[in-house]
Amino acid sequence: MTTFAIINGRLADPAGDAPVSGSILIEGDRIVAAGDIAVPADAERIDAQGLVVAPGLIDLGVFATDKPAFHFGGITRAALMPDQSSLLDDAALIRQATRAGKPDFWVHPIAAATRGLKGTELAEIGMMQAAGAKAVGTGRQWIADSGVMLRVLSYASGLGLTVIAHAEDGGLAGKAVATSGETATRLGLPHAPACAEAMAIARDIMLARQAGAAIHFRLVTTKAGFNLIRAAKAEGLRVSCGISPAYLFLADNAVTDFRTFARLSPPLRSEDDRKASIAAVADGTVDVITSSHDPRGAEDKRLPFADASPGMAGAETLLALSLNLVREGQVSLNRLMTLLSANPARILGVNAGSFAPGSAADLIFVDPDAPWIVDSAKMAAAAGNTPFDRVPVQGRARRIMKGGVFL
Amino acid sequence: MHARISALPSPLPSPKAHPMPETTAAPASSDLTGRALFPHRHLLSIADLMPWEIRFLLDEAEHWARANRSGARKHDDRLAGMTQINAFFENSTRTLLSFEIAGKRLGADVVNMHAGQSSVKKGETLIDTAMTLNAMAADVIVIRHASSGAVALIADKVDCPVLNAGDGWHQHPTQALLDALTIRRRKGSFEGLIVAICGDVLHSRVARSNMLCLAALGAQVRAVAPPTLMPPEVEMLGATPFTSMAQGLDGADVVMMLRLQNERMDGAFIPSAREYHMLYGLTPERLALAKPDALVMHPGPMNRGVEISSVVADHPTRSAITEQVEMGVAIRMACLDVLTRGARGVEGWR
Repeated sequence: MTTFAIINGRLADPAGDAPVSGSILIEGDRIVAAGDIAVPADAERIDAQGLVVAPGLIDLGVFATDKPAFHFGGITRAALMPDQSSLLDDAALIRQATRAGKPDFWVHPIAAATRGLKGTELAEIGMMQAAGAKAVGTGRQWIADSGVMLRVLSYASGLGLTVIAHAEDGGLAGKAVATSGETATRLGLPHAPACAEAMAIARDIMLARQAGAAIHFRLVTTKAGFNLIRAAKAEGLRVSCGISPAYLFLADNAVTDFRTFARLSPPLRSEDDRKASIAAVADGTVDVITSSHDPRGAEDKRLPFADASPGMAGAETLLALSLNLVREGQVSLNRLMTLLSANPARILGVNAGSFAPGSAADLIFVDPDAPWIVDSAKMAAAAGNTPFDRVPVQGRARRIMKGGVFL
Repeated sequence: MHARISALPSPLPSPKAHPMPETTAAPASSDLTGRALFPHRHLLSIADLMPWEIRFLLDEAEHWARANRSGARKHDDRLAGMTQINAFFENSTRTLLSFEIAGKRLGADVVNMHAGQSSVKKGETLIDTAMTLNAMAADVIVIRHASSGAVALIADKVDCPVLNAGDGWHQHPTQALLDALTIRRRKGSFEGLIVAICGDVLHSRVARSNMLCLAALGAQVRAVAPPTLMPPEVEMLGATPFTSMAQGLDGADVVMMLRLQNERMDGAFIPSAREYHMLYGLTPERLALAKPDALVMHPGPMNRGVEISSVVADHPTRSAITEQVEMGVAIRMACLDVLTRGARGVEGWR
């Protein structure tokens, strides 16, 4: 078997404290050693001079299998949300989804928690797990019936699956398309108070405690929400949460002039909540940063604001925008890789996102300072619906290795 | 010193028998003229207008208010040969009629397009509809739509001026302008005037436009609504919130009632129409809390016995409700005239 040796790179090991010079040895599709190691004389050497070598990004919660966008963004695996045109509530659909990206991109489908995502009857979670589902999800809505939610958590826990929940109280959120506040009032948009998030989180934490289950809130975006997550973690509950860069770098005033590219679910929050989100990343409350990639074309976005579909194409900008957190000193580069790769792998239970021996040889070679400008007209994604259009950013994945093979 | 608005420029000679009346109203407080005074291509939101631009439109409308009252023959043909499309994606009677009369008095060829929300949702997209209207070479398009921001979306795609005749909960600028004109004619000025806007402020584009407009003109604006129908951070639009009618009406110079939509009366936002009338209806007793000469206004159509009692609505001196309708035509004539001046090649507006 050929042995590759990646040499001269700066290794951003999620388990480490700071990038270190070193080498990575790869056999087949697995890492065999990494760090300050001796490189065998017969190994084929790959020079990563000037680049940061990190695990491929694992995007926890995307809405489309959009390979060109994921590859542009250095994403080697993604957990696919069950909210597809054919909802992922059946083993056959799960199996099909796992095959959609192979070999150079792996999709880990999230099984719908309930049939048709209707929030009433349990879906065949066990059969979907056998077909390749790596987590259970409520989709882009919450399960209103607390009894059903408790059973979802208990049942998934028995199968060793994490439940990925959407943190918005459905009764409060209703048909809202914006967070209550000045912008929604000025624009005359249906709005819901930001506490819709904390209310959903509070209930689901209590249910997860009751069930002894692991729960991951895919997007937490408010100060009150983070406070609940912090307290649950301090208590030792198996609670984790994620966020998307949009909530870290944009507030609700980004929808001024009815910009539908900034119509997201949950909606963008106040400036105070945005700052609280940054703080929650810095203090370790946030476990995952996800792109929430959801490419939407003109037919979904060139509409009056409330009629437009929520969501943004985020895969291409995930790494570059997240690197802002490193440049601003909020997190170390290694911690960022934990958020973008190691933690999603742990939540999904996949052997990736790590330099440990035996881990999947999914690697990205990053030029962390490379400048470029986001251009919605020229994106690799299936659609260019980014609220970061024309924003200058830094950081590109120059090369990607998936399972020991360069793309 | 302010430049007085002299006779309105017109590409066509006005009939000698109907000279434009002189105005004695306060002139625009700016030395700017022509395009520099009113640099907007569309009229989409009061938020886009500076105070002197609002006053300019009021001054222009004052001419038309007088002309409309002046006699039997009201025609002025300055928009002759121009096509005005009234594209109403939401039902309307009085606003549509008002825009139609305004366009016809100016000599435009007025075409009305009624498109129920459902038919548009089934068929072509709003953008396609906009492109269709544009391809028909309209010279001015008046749009009403049930979704906030929809009119701006269309305005982006067409080559002619667009007038917002109401978009969702967002804006209804000509309503605010006609209300301001009505108030100015009755009260003389806005400085220090207390205006109470009462009712379903949350879902009201009329309230949003009026709060911005009246605050910009110097009035003290109050938003009076049940807590469930009060938008958050309404102060940012220039209004002080009140949840009690008694406090909100105390010492008011103008009481502006809003229509309560039937679908809000079913218990979702307020328990019932009769309880709403008991707590928030404008009755003679409640009106007595305002100044003795307080003006009563309503954008219509009224729910008599719900937000306003008939005695108040029909009060011969206090109620300005029919005058609002009258000023609506004048304001819309002014807006249609001003926005088409560029296309008509009026001196200073090209």
